[in-house]
Amino acid sequence: MTQEFILETRGLTKEFRGFTAVDDVNLRVREGHIHALIGPNGAGKTTVFNLLTKFLPPTRGEILYRGKPITNMRANEIARLGLVRSFQISAVFAHMTAMENVRVALQRRLGTSFHFWKSEKSLEHLNDRAIELLDEVGLKEYADVLTVEMPYGRKRALEVATTLALDPTVMLLDEPTQGMGAEDVDRIVELIRRVSKGRTVLMVEHNLSVVSRLCDRITVLARGSVLAEGDYEAVSRDPRVREAYMGSDAETEEEASA
Amino acid sequence: MATTHSLTPAMQRQRSARMRRNMLYLVLLGLALLAPLAIYPVFLMKVLCFALFACAFNLLLGFAGLLSFGHAAFLATGGYFTGIMLSSYPGLTPEAGILIGTLAAVVLGTFFGVLSIRRQGIYFAMVTLALAQMVYFFFIQAPFTGGEDGLHGVPRGELFGLISLSDNLPMYYFVLTVFVIGFAIIQRTVHSPFGQVLKAIRENEPRAVSLGYNVDAYKLVAFVISAGLAGLAGSTKTVVFQLASLTDAHWHMSGEVILMTLLGGVGTLFGPVVGAGLVVSLQTQLAQSPIGNWVSVILGAIFVICVLSFRSGIVGEIQKLVRKNFK
Repeated sequence: MTQEFILETRGLTKEFRGFTAVDDVNLRVREGHIHALIGPNGAGKTTVFNLLTKFLPPTRGEILYRGKPITNMRANEIARLGLVRSFQISAVFAHMTAMENVRVALQRRLGTSFHFWKSEKSLEHLNDRAIELLDEVGLKEYADVLTVEMPYGRKRALEVATTLALDPTVMLLDEPTQGMGAEDVDRIVELIRRVSKGRTVLMVEHNLSVVSRLCDRITVLARGSVLAEGDYEAVSRDPRVREAYMGSDAETEEEASA
Repeated sequence: MATTHSLTPAMQRQRSARMRRNMLYLVLLGLALLAPLAIYPVFLMKVLCFALFACAFNLLLGFAGLLSFGHAAFLATGGYFTGIMLSSYPGLTPEAGILIGTLAAVVLGTFFGVLSIRRQGIYFAMVTLALAQMVYFFFIQAPFTGGEDGLHGVPRGELFGLISLSDNLPMYYFVLTVFVIGFAIIQRTVHSPFGQVLKAIRENEPRAVSLGYNVDAYKLVAFVISAGLAGLAGSTKTVVFQLASLTDAHWHMSGEVILMTLLGGVGTLFGPVVGAGLVVSLQTQLAQSPIGNWVSVILGAIFVICVLSFRSGIVGEIQKLVRKNFK
């Protein structure tokens, strides 16, 4: 029954010293969808995201991947299952070249990553694949560039290439267009559309135009709870969502969500 | 593109840089072989032992981003174990004694590592310091370490039961061999698949986790290698000076190795060697001069100048210059 949902949470709750950041969230992500998690500032989007990716332990609730609980797994273990996350601030290895960034992701499968006695030349047969992946995100000519010297938008693209190197089934993107100029945003949107073929994407996103262009399904969070869910049309017409976004006064909002 | 896998221009540059570096190593090795003709071998051996110690420390700080403030414990443990073994079992050859001392440091390093590796930044430094202090007090109290006096008269013995090390020259070449082996291990570790992951962890730990790497395990392995090599340095030093003393276990020593590494260039392979050479030379020279009491002050001042004006250390700054002018 749950098989069509690749990722699911049941009653997911996170409390920080009495403050409930995420309150009983039931999220269901369908396989093959691009699913967005949106909401005003402080709605708990990033916390949900960190719970899903196991960077935070939940206070209560369950997380299921293909119907199996992954609530107690560690962050690096779920990456091995095929759930790979990105970060709000571009997460690259600054003092490695673009090619090395991707190669570090590729090399895990070799099973030689603990071999401190082996030469790094043993990794060179991965170079072609790494450069292929760079090409896929339009970064081929950056292969030799130290990442620290790359422009911001390119770093984000590199992050995508590194993620793709793991061939993930679910890509979890934390505000992939944050801090970008319009041109870069378009490029990333296209990129996400392209790489999402045959994969599931769950993304936290502020930019509603990005969400409207990309996403099949949207979950709106407010104050740690799910406020609405549906496609962009349905969600954007929902008065409660409008209120949450326009910043109406607290009373009407509480009435609305009651 | 002629080979089965492509080499990007940067990699070709890297390769030729590697060649040049190997040439440099050969020249330095040649100089090291000839050095005892010009310089007092015991001084050279002291430099080599501390250089290995600093290189081991740098593997952790420079390549894994972990600041250990307890590395003296491994130096001293290696030293004491080797000293005790060689003193109590006269039949034991020096290389066996050194091996036992190194193993002891590996065991202690595993223990320290398991307890400390999950801590980040300053907490990691504090946990390693606390553990090292416990080791220090253990060495003061234990009945077999000679307490405040330390262990004296450790026999140098005969290497493989064949070559007497009582003369300084054979001793020197043995120490040089140990150093080269230790340095080669570090060099290989840094440039290995493991080294790549370590670098990734240093650059961005959460990202390394999200790529599926169990970062604690990688850090632990790096910590144990580093501890083992620090122990190797301590063991060798004990054989050279026929002495294991509390100075090696004191937290001053943990501080000194940080100074050596930063001064020479953290994260460069050869920096700690230069740093160790400089610090040991200064200590030796100044101790004989009328301002001998000021050694700590002078070293402190140098440290401040280094941190303020050339942060990448001597070798790091030279590398920057070379990169700027010969790109």
